[in-house]
Amino acid sequence: MTAEVELGEPQAVPISADEDVVRVRQLVRTVAVATKLSLVDQTKLVTAASELARNTLVYGGGGGAEVTVLDSGRRKGIRIVFADDGPGIADLDLALTDGYTTGGGLGLGLSGARRLVDEFEIDTAVGRGTRITVTKWAR
Amino acid sequence: MERVPVLKIGDILLVSIQVDMQDQTALALQEDLADRIVATGCHGVIIDITGLDIVDSFVGRMLSSIASISRVLDAETVVVGMRPAVAITLVELGLSLDGIRTALNVERGMELLALARAAEPDDTGFDLGLDLDGFGSPATP
Repeated sequence: MTAEVELGEPQAVPISADEDVVRVRQLVRTVAVATKLSLVDQTKLVTAASELARNTLVYGGGGGAEVTVLDSGRRKGIRIVFADDGPGIADLDLALTDGYTTGGGLGLGLSGARRLVDEFEIDTAVGRGTRITVTKWAR
Repeated sequence: MERVPVLKIGDILLVSIQVDMQDQTALALQEDLADRIVATGCHGVIIDITGLDIVDSFVGRMLSSIASISRVLDAETVVVGMRPAVAITLVELGLSLDGIRTALNVERGMELLALARAAEPDDTGFDLGLDLDGFGSPATP
């Protein structure tokens, strides 16, 4: 973790409408291909990004995603940060439970996305918004 | 917003999703399909997702809803063409695609629908719970 180097500038996508979720998916797909993730890992990362971008829009009231390519010295990876200034998550354990939803969805967005990536961090507080950082490493 | 075209081929409605759908596009497809099932009286729907490189929980839910709505309207739905990486990801995501029939490609999907149709006791779509074995065969003296 300590030897991680960022390769290039982070690429940012604002998330304020339905079509921005598509834009996030397209950017993540392009970067994942360029970073030579395997097809399954590309698919997992793009799927996770789709879930989290939708959460940023639907629950966070909009925000943005930032995609950065990393080099750990041994392998390359992709880090995506999803940030919003929405209401925040009051009960994180509950929000990370499969099937729990406040938005009428399937309740798999957050918990499912966590399973699809290698590293998952969440920073949230009521009234302070939510910041989710996910990382996927090339194998 | 783009719309996904719904094609009628014989007794089957075929939907081939070729674009990276916005959520609104997916919802519109659900409504378009319900309308077309009723308008055409088709008994089968094939949704070809060969063109999709991901299926997230939203699209997964749309597929399940389409299958349920079709069933209520007396039509069977088969989802075909799922890529292997998509199947692996779906399972890890936790989506079970309840109630959805799948086939590897459009051809197998059509076979599956034909079999399902042939297995129905009559053409009304109602299962009356009657034993219809031998029904329609020449009466035995």
